Amino acid sequence: MEHTEISEFGAILLFIIGGFLFIGVSLLASWLLRPRRPNPEKLAAYECGEEAIGNAWGNFNIKFYLVALVFILFDVEIIFLFPWATVFGQAALIEASNGLWGWFALIEMFIFIGMLAIGLAYVWAKGHLNWTKSFVQTTPFTSKVPEQLYQQINQKYERKAS
Amino acid sequence: MEILTPFFTLGAYLSLTLGLIVITFYLERKLAAFVQDRLGPMEVGWYGILQPVADLLKLLQKEDIVPTQADRKLFLLAPLIIFPFILAGLAVLPLTPTFQASGTSIGVFFLLAIVSIDVLGLLMAGWASNSKFPLYGAMRAVAQIVSYEVPLGLSVLCVVMISQTLDLRLIGLQQGLYTPEANYLVGIKALGVEVTHIGGILSWNIVRMPFLFITFIIFYIASLAECNRAPFDIPEGESEIIGGFHTEYSGFRFALFFLAEYAMMVLVCLLGVILFLGAWNTPLPNIGNVKLADWTTGQLGTWYGNTMAIFWLASKTILLLALQVIIRWTYPRLRVDQLMHLCWKVLTPILLFILLLCGVWRLWMV
Repeated sequence: MEHTEISEFGAILLFIIGGFLFIGVSLLASWLLRPRRPNPEKLAAYECGEEAIGNAWGNFNIKFYLVALVFILFDVEIIFLFPWATVFGQAALIEASNGLWGWFALIEMFIFIGMLAIGLAYVWAKGHLNWTKSFVQTTPFTSKVPEQLYQQINQKYERKAS
Repeated sequence: MEILTPFFTLGAYLSLTLGLIVITFYLERKLAAFVQDRLGPMEVGWYGILQPVADLLKLLQKEDIVPTQADRKLFLLAPLIIFPFILAGLAVLPLTPTFQASGTSIGVFFLLAIVSIDVLGLLMAGWASNSKFPLYGAMRAVAQIVSYEVPLGLSVLCVVMISQTLDLRLIGLQQGLYTPEANYLVGIKALGVEVTHIGGILSWNIVRMPFLFITFIIFYIASLAECNRAPFDIPEGESEIIGGFHTEYSGFRFALFFLAEYAMMVLVCLLGVILFLGAWNTPLPNIGNVKLADWTTGQLGTWYGNTMAIFWLASKTILLLALQVIIRWTYPRLRVDQLMHLCWKVLTPILLFILLLCGVWRLWMV
């Protein structure tokens, strides 16, 4: 027999399929056992007993996107470092170059990591790593229109509305 | 019969994972009880040992509620996708020196990549619920997990630099008696103290390169955050946002999230043991004629050798899992800003420094 042994990634695929099968079987068991008695109260969104107002799909704090951006920066760095990490200290390569290869590769990567450290320092200094920016200022605003005028308008339209 | 081998392997991995999950589940309740000075489950079976079974049976018969305003397809799919990919991540972990489901040469790199799919499931669940608390929980979970992936990746990188391979089986072998290269005390060849035949704790990665102990602590902290475990459980902080991303889930789909969370805990603890704590190798060194390491290791590939390997791997993993549980019941939850501060301003700079140190150390090792 020639192709009895599946490849290494085939084994991983088998694990993914096995995982889905395991979950499928247990969900099926649950489907056979569980009751189905829905009612509108049960199917409402949970909001501490209050009736939910509006839709949850809305705007989000920009902070989350900044974190994602900084993450991509560093994750790409790590991806570049992994292949390098497996070769820079290989005994055979170091011997072949009289010990030069190791130090050369290391110093080269020091420079790369140094540049990324500068990037981190920049983000840090700019305050993007602080979850709540501490320097939010409110500009004092004093209207030239006297308060009374506003009140008159409010009263005028209050009557109309009712 | 050859064709059945992969299925046997799958069965072995699945049962080991589920076994460890059940142990953690029981351990969690009993240790929580111990920390809070109460008894914990006592009714079901001897000292409540069948409590996980009772919980599973209960969850199986609970109604599956899908809220009307939810995105139905995504809502139903979200709990399903996390566990299979964590299982796929487990496939590259070796259980004994000779038993590994997938011996791909990029093992640990693949592991880091596929475990990130976890985030996708959580975001999907939170978004599809179309309810405020799950969405907040999901956004927090994503921000936290992607942030802590950086220290996690960097700490794994430190080990890869020392061991010069991505294959986890080779990383494990290097930390024991059957290492392909000679081991020296604290890794430095110039000291001239060879410990290859002494073995034990002296050949573990945390001793081969002593700074890897700091890396291990950082890895452990980052892995707690990756699993959304306390003190990093802000995505499901009960007192603020109810249940976080799984607020709207009930019944067995809710149980699937927990299955995935515990599988993730098992995965990171196994990975931590293999990378830092000598994998399946014994902690006992050979002292003169008292060959403790030889006796507790056995021959490579024999029945005795494999049993001992599984024993050491499982006991070290259970120790780390128990530590996770005790940490959960001891420390208060972090705030979001503290979480980001710890990740970006403490752990990442320290790791960048240790990374440079590891590079120099490796060149001293050859």
